Amino acid sequence: MAPTKQKHAPTRQAITLKGSTALVTEFFKFAANTILFQRGVYPADDFQMVKKYGQTVLVTQDLALENYLEKILKQVNQWLLTGSITQLVLAIISKENRTPLERWVFDINLVEPPAATEGSQPAPAKPESDIQAEIRNILKQIVATVTFLPVIDEPTVFNILAYTKESADVPANEWVDTDPLAIEASKSQQVKLRSFSTDVHRIEAMVAYRYEG
Amino acid sequence: MAYTPKTPTRHGRSRSETKTPLSSSFFGSNNLADASNPFIVASRPASRAASPVKKSSTQVQASLKKQASVGLIRKGGVESRLDVVTRDYVPPPPKSEKRSRSQPSRDNRDRFITTRDPADEVAATLDLMSLNPESASPGHTARLAAATGVPLNRRILAYHEPPPAASSDPLMTQARELVRPLYARAGSASGSSSGSTGTKDRKISTSAQRVLDAPGMIDDFYLNLISWSSLNVVGIALGSSAYAWKAETGEVTLISEGPEDTYISSLDYSNDGQYLGIGYPNGAVELWDVETQQKLRTMAGHSAQVGVLSWNGHILSSGCQDGSIWHHDVRVARHKVMELLGHQGEVCGLKWRSDGELLASGGNDNVLNIWDGRVGDVGPSTPSSARWTKRNHTAAVKAVAWCPWQPALLASGGGTSDATVHIWNTTTGARLHSLVTPAQISSIQWSPHRKEFLTTHGYPTNAIMVHSYPSMDKIAEIKDAHDSRVLFSAISPNGELVCTAAGDENLKFWKIWEAPKMKKKEAKDSRKGSTAVGILGIR
Repeated sequence: MAPTKQKHAPTRQAITLKGSTALVTEFFKFAANTILFQRGVYPADDFQMVKKYGQTVLVTQDLALENYLEKILKQVNQWLLTGSITQLVLAIISKENRTPLERWVFDINLVEPPAATEGSQPAPAKPESDIQAEIRNILKQIVATVTFLPVIDEPTVFNILAYTKESADVPANEWVDTDPLAIEASKSQQVKLRSFSTDVHRIEAMVAYRYEG
Repeated sequence: MAYTPKTPTRHGRSRSETKTPLSSSFFGSNNLADASNPFIVASRPASRAASPVKKSSTQVQASLKKQASVGLIRKGGVESRLDVVTRDYVPPPPKSEKRSRSQPSRDNRDRFITTRDPADEVAATLDLMSLNPESASPGHTARLAAATGVPLNRRILAYHEPPPAASSDPLMTQARELVRPLYARAGSASGSSSGSTGTKDRKISTSAQRVLDAPGMIDDFYLNLISWSSLNVVGIALGSSAYAWKAETGEVTLISEGPEDTYISSLDYSNDGQYLGIGYPNGAVELWDVETQQKLRTMAGHSAQVGVLSWNGHILSSGCQDGSIWHHDVRVARHKVMELLGHQGEVCGLKWRSDGELLASGGNDNVLNIWDGRVGDVGPSTPSSARWTKRNHTAAVKAVAWCPWQPALLASGGGTSDATVHIWNTTTGARLHSLVTPAQISSIQWSPHRKEFLTTHGYPTNAIMVHSYPSMDKIAEIKDAHDSRVLFSAISPNGELVCTAAGDENLKFWKIWEAPKMKKKEAKDSRKGSTAVGILGIR
C-alpha cells in the first residue's frame, strides 16, 4: 500500500482497492471507538490509548465489544471491496426508550477516476501521509464535537447500520434489514464534518443529533 | 366502500390470519398492521432473510384472496363483513407512475416501516390494499428520506446481534462505584490504608477501640437490645438478663435476671438515665431503677412481643409485634395512656424526637409513620392516625433516627431488599435525600458534632458506614465490622463513640467522631456534668 513517489510515472497502482478498503475499514474501527468513548456509551476505563495516524487514539479493551466490531467491520470490508456499501451509520440510542439520540453518518463514495486524456499521466497517487492527515483531522473533529453535542446522561446503546445497494450480497444469518433509527426531522440538527479520501474511496462524515427545540 | 381502519374487522382478521403461513403473534403491539398488512414480516430481526420474504408474500396473496372472497370474518358488524366480501384484494401494480418517484421499484415497504409509528404503518398498509390514495405512503417514505438524508433504493442493514453491554465485570463496576466519590469532591474520597478508612485528614479506625464479650446475645433483627444512657452506662440484654456496663469504670452490673424460658426483646434507658425499660416477648414492659437495681413495676397488656422501646420524659412508648404502639405513663397506675395503630406488621423501629414533639416508628410492613407527640389529648382508646405515613421503603424499617442539629430531619433505613436511607423533613413530609447502600440497614446514628450519620448494616456486608449530610457521600466504611449482621447500635452521650452488637456475641466500640475541643475554662466548668466532653472515657 506504499504510495509511489511522484518522481516518475507510477509503475504500479497507486493504491489498490484492497488497500483502500483496508484503510477505510481501519478508519471506521477507530472512528467507532472514538465515538463510543467520547459519547460515554461504554465506560471510559474500558478504553486504552494506542498510537495511530500519528496521534493517540482510544480503543476499547472490552473483548466482547472488540469482537463485535470486528465482525461487523469484516463484513463492511467485504462490501467495500464489491462497492456495494454506500453509507455506514453509528446510531446512539437511549437504552430505555430506544429513541435515537445521535447518528454518526459516514458516506462512502467511489472516487471518480479523472478522465484520462491522451498522453496525460494518470493522476498522481495520494501519499499515505496525506490520507493519514485527513483521517487525523476527522478524528480530532469527532473529539471536538463533544463541545456542542448535547450531554447524554442516560445509559445508551449503539447500533451500526449499513446502507447497501440492493445488489449487495448479504449473509442472511448475520445481517438483517432494519429501520434507519432516524431522529425526527423536527428535532434533528446536523453538522457536517470533514472528509477524507484515498484514491479509491471518499468518506464523508456527518453527525445528526437530537435537539429539543 | 372505503375501508377505514377503525372497524373491528381487523380483530377478526388477526384471528383468521392464523390460517395463513404468517402468524401475527409477534407483532402484538400493532394490531392494525397485523391485520391489514400480511406483508409485514420483517420486524422481528432474527426471523427472516432476504429471499424468503418474496416467496411468502406471494403465498399470502393467494390465501388472503381466498379469505377475502370467503368472507372469513367472525367479528364485526354487518357492514364490516360486507366490506370484506365485496373488496377483492388487488396486488399493488408493479410500477405505477405516482409511486416510482417515491417508492422503491420493488415492494419492500415493510423494510422502511418503523415500528414506532403506527400511523405511518396504517398509511403504508392501506396503500398496499390499494384502497387509499397513495398520498400517505409517499409522504411517509419522503419524510423518512428527509430525516435520514438517504435516497431510496437502498437497503439498511444491521448486524443481527445487539452490541454487547458495557463491561459486566463486577470488579470493574465496583471499582467504578468506589471511585465515583473521587470525581465528586476532592475531600471526600475514601482512601484505604491498612488500618483505617477516611480521607487524609480524617482517619476512622477500622478496628474497634474496645471489644467486649456478649455471650447469649440473640441474633434477631427485630429486637433492640442495647442502649447507652446519658449517664454513660451501656445497657445490654443478653438472653433473659440485662447488664449495665459503666463506661467510665468498666464495671459490669447485672440489672435483671429473668427466667430461663424467656428472653428480653428490648431495652431502653430513660432520658435522664435513671430508669431502664425492658420489654419481653409476652408483651410485658418492666421498669427498673438504675441506681437501686430494683424493678419498680411491670406494665402488662400487650398481646405480643415488645420489640422496641423509646422514652420521652415520663412516657415510655413500646412497639409491639402486633403493630400497635402504646404510650405508658410510668407514673400512674393505669399506665396505658395512648395507643397508636399504624402498622400492619411488627413495629421494629421507634424513636421519640428529643423535644418530644414527634414520634417516628418503622414497621415490618415497610411503613414509616411519624406521629404527633402529644399524648392523652384524645381518649386513651381512640386510635389516632399518623401525621405522616411513608411507604417508600421496600423492606422492614428498623433504623429510625432524629437529627440532633436539625430537629425536623429524620433518617430512616430499610431492610435487606431495600437497603436505602431516606432523609425526611418531618415538618413538610418531604423526602429530602435518598441513599442506596449495599446492605440491609439495622440502625442509624446521627453525629452531634459533624454533619454526618452512621449506618450499621447486616446482610450481606455486616458493615458500618459513615455518610456525610447532605451530600450523601460515603466518608468511611468499616467492612465486616462483626462476623454476623450488625444488628444494634448506640451512640455515646458525648457523641464520639458508637457501640455495636451482633449475633457473633461481641459488643464493639468504635471511635467515629471527635468532639470539638473545648477551651480549658469551659472544660473545667462542665466537669460537673456527666456528659462533659473530655471527661468521659472508656477504660
